[in-house]
Amino acid sequence: MPIEFNGKVYQTDSEGFLSNPDEWSVELAEKMAADDGCQLSPEHWEAINILRDYYAQFAIAPPIRILIRHMGKRLGKEKANSPYLYELFPFGPAKQACRYAGLPKPTGCI
Amino acid sequence: MGSVSTRKIKPRKSPSVKPNFCSDGGQSGGLVENWQELAIAKLGEEVRSNRALRVFLDSCVKCGACTDKCHYFLGDGDPLNMPVARQDLIRGVYRRYFTAAGKFFPKFVGALDLTESLLEDWSTYYYQCSECRRCSVYCPFGIDTAEITMVGRSILDAVGIRQNYIHTVLDNVNRVGNNLGMIGAAIADTLEGLEEDVLEETGVNVKFPLDDTDADVLLLVPSADLFAEPHVDGLIGCAKIFHQQGIRWTLSTEASEAANFALFIGDDEKMQQMTRHVRDTALKLGVKQVLVGECGHAWRVASSYWPDITGNGLTADFETLHICEFTYDLLRKNRLQLDRSVHNNKVITFHDSCNVARGSRMGEYPRDVYRIPRALLQAACDNFVDMAPDTICEHTFCCGGGGGLLTDELMEVRVSGASPRVSALEDVIANQGVTHMAAICAICKSQFRSVLPKFDLDMNMIVSLHQIVGDAVVLNSET
Repeated sequence: MPIEFNGKVYQTDSEGFLSNPDEWSVELAEKMAADDGCQLSPEHWEAINILRDYYAQFAIAPPIRILIRHMGKRLGKEKANSPYLYELFPFGPAKQACRYAGLPKPTGCI
Repeated sequence: MGSVSTRKIKPRKSPSVKPNFCSDGGQSGGLVENWQELAIAKLGEEVRSNRALRVFLDSCVKCGACTDKCHYFLGDGDPLNMPVARQDLIRGVYRRYFTAAGKFFPKFVGALDLTESLLEDWSTYYYQCSECRRCSVYCPFGIDTAEITMVGRSILDAVGIRQNYIHTVLDNVNRVGNNLGMIGAAIADTLEGLEEDVLEETGVNVKFPLDDTDADVLLLVPSADLFAEPHVDGLIGCAKIFHQQGIRWTLSTEASEAANFALFIGDDEKMQQMTRHVRDTALKLGVKQVLVGECGHAWRVASSYWPDITGNGLTADFETLHICEFTYDLLRKNRLQLDRSVHNNKVITFHDSCNVARGSRMGEYPRDVYRIPRALLQAACDNFVDMAPDTICEHTFCCGGGGGLLTDELMEVRVSGASPRVSALEDVIANQGVTHMAAICAICKSQFRSVLPKFDLDMNMIVSLHQIVGDAVVLNSET
């Protein structure tokens, strides 16, 4: 379903992932979260920024296992676990966090 | 034990579900102008060059043996999902344009004009077939619907109706070398992470080598094994086995994909291109063996098509084995050290992946393809039970997501197609306490992880076969 925001229409796939990752902005991420009834905290942004950095480097969204590893490297051990991520993103880090981060959903046998 | 073949068939509730197609995502967005002429010419080419196809189209006597054998039909009761009806969508056109009776007396022989509405049925029902070949086991003439579906899809492709998911995956392979589009740096980063995880978990420095030119063995995995759960646990299991055995092995950034989606759309040229790429990489690395990992159709392509595509050179240059054949050989020689007690709290069953069970072989003897995976599971776990006999081995049900259907917009079809397998699974859960179902196919694993929760089952029930074996491997830090 397309997102209407600041007078612009952003195309998405059936699960709400941005069709064009280049259209992403901080404000759009906040709008997507607000539509889910969620306000992005500094902790949310730590995870989102790690996702975006990973994508900038590797051109693919990381699997959760690897996201957790990079969280550990950058933010320390206490934030490097799946329960912490699920607390931040109750709909699942793979879907919810990647969607806010504007990353396309990987396609393959997954 | 309940027989799923006799389950009550529900009438279809909703209109036909189609996949997304390239261009505008519409059902006929990219349809070329002279599509009818092109489609008929392409069908003509196919029936002239593919004798088996012509026999399949000529020999059906409408006996009805196949009608209730397709998992999609059993799941949704749509009459056009009876294999014979799915075949007839092309058979009618073949009769109309390529047989004398169909040219002059079309109505008497069920001949069909190739209209746009018929083409729409093709684009629906050739994407509600996973090319699993279960129906062909029951057909007294051995008619293989998978071959007909592949031809249907290749004609659809030729006239511009290209399924989005399959082509996205093929584009990734073309661009980067694997289905996921995972670049070498991402693979290296992932493998580094796996080494750290295994070290932390076991205290043993199990290596995950990449592009190692000193390796004897190239492990060719589906790229899902580098990414998804529980696939990655299967890769970890393989690494533990290699470690225990002191085998020099490697993964490759060049050959980072076992899967070959070209098979699904009957694109022989692309299938050959991808196969040659694997062969070239294996030769460059100078390995003695190529092991094909847990990917169903990869093994169908490797065991059925590789020898033809690569010629005799294949067997001369290196040996190609399924990873299960490799591990089974170690087991048979009493070289595998396994601690079965780690699985004492599990009862495991095995889902035969359709492409392996009906499209390939393993081992030396007939039925080794069914026996070897079970022998491995039984070696690693005391508690193994099979599902109902009419749902396993050559009778196995497809997971419902195979053949290029593992895409979100087809979820309704995938869930109904999974229901015969899930019925058989529920039966062994209820009566024999099954806790886990192992599989040897990336698509099966992803499909079950997505659909099991829709049947109120735990997604973590589905595991990789080499995860079960790997977890039981006794690790020695010396090796």
